[in-house]
Amino acid sequence: MTRITFVSLCAAIWLLLMVVELVRRRRLGERYALLWLLTGAVVLLLAAWPAALERFSTFVGIEYPPTALFVVAGGFVLLVLLHYATVISGLTERNVRLAQRVAILEERLMRLEGAADAPPDSPEADVPDAPRAGRHVDVA
Amino acid sequence: MPDSRISTARHGDCLAIVPALDEQDSVASVVREVGSLPGIDVLVVDDGSTDETAAVARAAGATVVSMPFNVGIGGAVQTGYMWALQHGYSVAIQVDGDGQHPAIEVQRLVDAVRNGDADLVIGSRFLGSGSYRAPFARRVGIRLFASVLSAILRVRVTDTTSGFRAAGRDAIGLFARAYPHDYPEVETVLVAHRAGLRVTELPVEMRIRQGGVSSITPFRAGYYMVKVLLAILVETLRRPQASIAEP
Repeated sequence: MTRITFVSLCAAIWLLLMVVELVRRRRLGERYALLWLLTGAVVLLLAAWPAALERFSTFVGIEYPPTALFVVAGGFVLLVLLHYATVISGLTERNVRLAQRVAILEERLMRLEGAADAPPDSPEADVPDAPRAGRHVDVA
Repeated sequence: MPDSRISTARHGDCLAIVPALDEQDSVASVVREVGSLPGIDVLVVDDGSTDETAAVARAAGATVVSMPFNVGIGGAVQTGYMWALQHGYSVAIQVDGDGQHPAIEVQRLVDAVRNGDADLVIGSRFLGSGSYRAPFARRVGIRLFASVLSAILRVRVTDTTSGFRAAGRDAIGLFARAYPHDYPEVETVLVAHRAGLRVTELPVEMRIRQGGVSSITPFRAGYYMVKVLLAILVETLRRPQASIAEP
């Protein structure tokens, strides 16, 4: 076993163990662990099976096979980052939606409480509006 | 969920949406000026101001929705459209909190929607007799967006970056669901047009801002250009949004 194979194997095993441990401690959701597990598994497979790595590196035109290993690992890391970008976009969107609803509800609640506190004949206590033309729509 | 029966906030048929971020010096006069127009209620969306914007606006007679943190102009304006939808307004008009948009022009845009001239009416500084002269760089940017958009929509658009616009029911429903977060002006025209809404421009005069400073810096202008061009490109690859909110 060459030294680089050994180092690659250790790195892949360390990554897999880390991911499993993080999931076990509930610090990493299964959903986000999957891509990392796949990354570790592929690197482990290629490190443990030099023939496959060699065939792959010849195929893509890389002369020194261990470089191909890092190219593959790098590719997976890019994939993980892209995945995170989509997750962040989704969270941002939901965050804004929540802020909007909270802000609207807060104002509506304040008005409702204000109307309830005011005497019934006070001009401050608005008469509830009749629903308009039966058009009751929900904001997605 | 939103139920118009418990709404106690609607008096008129039109909601003026005033997004405001640290505009305590100008927001009160905007609220009073626009609120004095017939049938128009004023909603100030306070987008995380650190000054007295919310209190000043409330004292001037506006309904105020305060965002828990800054969500950007798009998110703030969309909150206004959500409010308009929930309360059954048939017209909504965006008016800047810095006093750029005169009441008489607000009236004209709102009337255009009330008359059914279009679903989305944009106040353009470049149509007709407008005296507005934007700084050179900004003029180039606006011109660029206008020609890109005009080419895509096959409709002449002159002022795509104008945040002064009035929307009818269908546009309110559309914007309450889908509205870009930052620099939304150009994209919304495209989204509205592709949803089958009728979009037109009216020539308007605008004033010099009464308080605050422009949010556009050179760096942001660059981001603005790239972001909006990307958004336009991607939007044309999407299916059009349905204009009516699902029941």
